[in-house]
Amino acid sequence: MTRTLQGRLFGRIDGDIAGILLLAALLVIVLPLGLDIFRLNMVGKYLTYAFVALGLVLCWGSAGILSLGQGIFFGIGGYCMAMFLKLEASSPEATKIQSTPGIPDFMDWNQLKALPWFWEPFHSLTFATVAVVAVPALLAFIVGLAMFKRRVGGVYFAIITQAFAAILTILIVGQQGYTGGINGITDLRTLKGWDIRTDEAKLVLYFVNAALLIGCILLCLYVRRSKLGRILVALRDKEDRVRFSGYDVANFKIFVFCFAAALSAVGGAMFTLQVGFMSPSFVGIVPSIEMVIYCAVGGRLSLLGAVYGTLLVNWAKTMLSESFPELWLFAMGALFIGVVMVFPNGLAGLYQQFIAPRLGRLLLRTGTRAGAPIIPPHTAAD
Amino acid sequence: MANSTDYLLAVEGLTVSFDGFKAVNDLSFYVDSNEIHVIIGPNGAGKTTVLDLICGRTKASGGSIKFRNKELTAMKEHQIVKAGVGRKFQNPSIYDDLTVFENLEISYPRGRSVFGALAFKRDAAVRERVAEIAEMIFLADHLDQRAEYLSHGQKQWLEIGMLLIQDPELLMLDEPVAGMSVNERKKTAELLNKIIQNRSVLVIEHDMKFVEDIAHRVTVLHQGKILSEGSMERVKNDPKVVEVYLGH
Ligand SMILES: Nc1ncnc2c1ncn2[C@@H]1O[C@H](COP(=O)(O)OP(=O)(O)OP(=O)(O)O)[C@@H](O)[C@H]1O
Ligand SMILES: [Mg+2]
Repeated sequence: MTRTLQGRLFGRIDGDIAGILLLAALLVIVLPLGLDIFRLNMVGKYLTYAFVALGLVLCWGSAGILSLGQGIFFGIGGYCMAMFLKLEASSPEATKIQSTPGIPDFMDWNQLKALPWFWEPFHSLTFATVAVVAVPALLAFIVGLAMFKRRVGGVYFAIITQAFAAILTILIVGQQGYTGGINGITDLRTLKGWDIRTDEAKLVLYFVNAALLIGCILLCLYVRRSKLGRILVALRDKEDRVRFSGYDVANFKIFVFCFAAALSAVGGAMFTLQVGFMSPSFVGIVPSIEMVIYCAVGGRLSLLGAVYGTLLVNWAKTMLSESFPELWLFAMGALFIGVVMVFPNGLAGLYQQFIAPRLGRLLLRTGTRAGAPIIPPHTAAD
Repeated sequence: MANSTDYLLAVEGLTVSFDGFKAVNDLSFYVDSNEIHVIIGPNGAGKTTVLDLICGRTKASGGSIKFRNKELTAMKEHQIVKAGVGRKFQNPSIYDDLTVFENLEISYPRGRSVFGALAFKRDAAVRERVAEIAEMIFLADHLDQRAEYLSHGQKQWLEIGMLLIQDPELLMLDEPVAGMSVNERKKTAELLNKIIQNRSVLVIEHDMKFVEDIAHRVTVLHQGKILSEGSMERVKNDPKVVEVYLGH
């Protein structure tokens, strides 16, 4: 019996690892070889949303906590990075024509005479990098603490996260002098003197992004394989049973919500670096819902599915909005309804149902060889 | 009345009202160590509510619940569990998407904090304990099966197993044999008699035959109040009980 259990576990490990290797090969070999730098940069941009989708797989898929405000964390991560880059681009020499040189241009336009205090620490790249993850995680912690300790969940929680997304957008747009307003923080140039606008920089950033994404997938896999991962599934199903088994359920929800927020924020920071700006249009309700759709289309129970779903929906969006921009919102709505009604487990579900059974034996056989040497982190699962 | 410190569980003056309706009304009863105490009573008598109050799911409007002289009414649910009170729900409450092994493992009392759960290792001690409990609840051959596919009776046993693995001093079972076949009932009675060693069990049950088999003491509840109390023999012959409960 123990043997079959282990066999099953290893079978699963191999399947997942094989899938991750396949994705890695696609991202770092196939796509860079097949696409010009413009398209590759675009894929890089899509992949930054995949971080959000990964977070949703854990938060929504595993634990059943639907957040319609992940754009908040994506945005804050992106803004933290943008603030550093903007300060670097606003050296006194570069801004000497302003009435107050040395502060970002939009502040000057808004008659600010000095850098606001909360911008000061963003002169440091170390601080900015830590802030990218820490600020969204802290915000998620506070929101999570307030909501989950009071046992607010389900639809109420989703609506509240949506309200927060709306509030943050209004705040950013309204406080132009501090945030760059509706245009966001634009005209970002260099990272520690390295020009991020060149093709070489875009290529390098693409690879950094891909490596971070694979790293985050492995991290998510570790979490899902841990007992904590199983507790999340358990509390999605029978919250009271978990509570009356001696767990403080709220703490687990807070953890997964913070974890998802931190992942989203990494995506946001990579977005800023690759695309060269950050604006409130990535923070609000609509982008947040779009991010949920990426995850739903890919399959909210599957880490890899969420990544493919993100790529696919964004590719479709680009195709469609190049030719029929006004159609996209309708297409997105239809897609969401379709996925929820017909394919609740998304692409990954279809794959599991139709393709995996046929591929199964083949994958397992090759997987045993390919997967064996790189198992270390999640052996914790068995 | 005896000094409450002698008892494992002492419920005194317990009251709860839902919008003015007193589901439990000034209720007092005691559970000894190593006693199987059964609560019976008609539907809506407040039996489940009593368990809800003890395990912290519902907050009492008044009265006290002392477990080993610790006041439970002020504690959070998970603290009550850690103090040694385990509770089975009326409908089998198990994790459908997980295997029997995983269901039991989650209930194993270690790594209950967030980071404890992240670092939790499925070591030999865990495996052995899960195997031991699975054997006891007749599910040794089903460890790898998703809990969803168990029969109703097996689900009830699994939930009992999930409590046993916590080794609680007080085990509370809400209608453990409801919906079970005759054969399953017999096995459940056997199981309860086996697990009674070193612990007390508080059982709610409608099945009189089953109650007779296991009960050391019976409390009859009616409209949130005690109607009768004592041995099964005594309670069965109490005219008040016959009238409101056993009569039909
Ligand atoms: N949370 C609640 N809010 C309002 N009323 C409640 C609540 N919980 C229970 N009640 C009411 O309290 C009364 C007692 O319910 P309880 O579930 O304890 O009965 P019971 O003795 O377990 O019955 P059964 O044998 O049907 O399980 C019922 O009238 C029920 O409607
Ligand atoms: Mg009941």
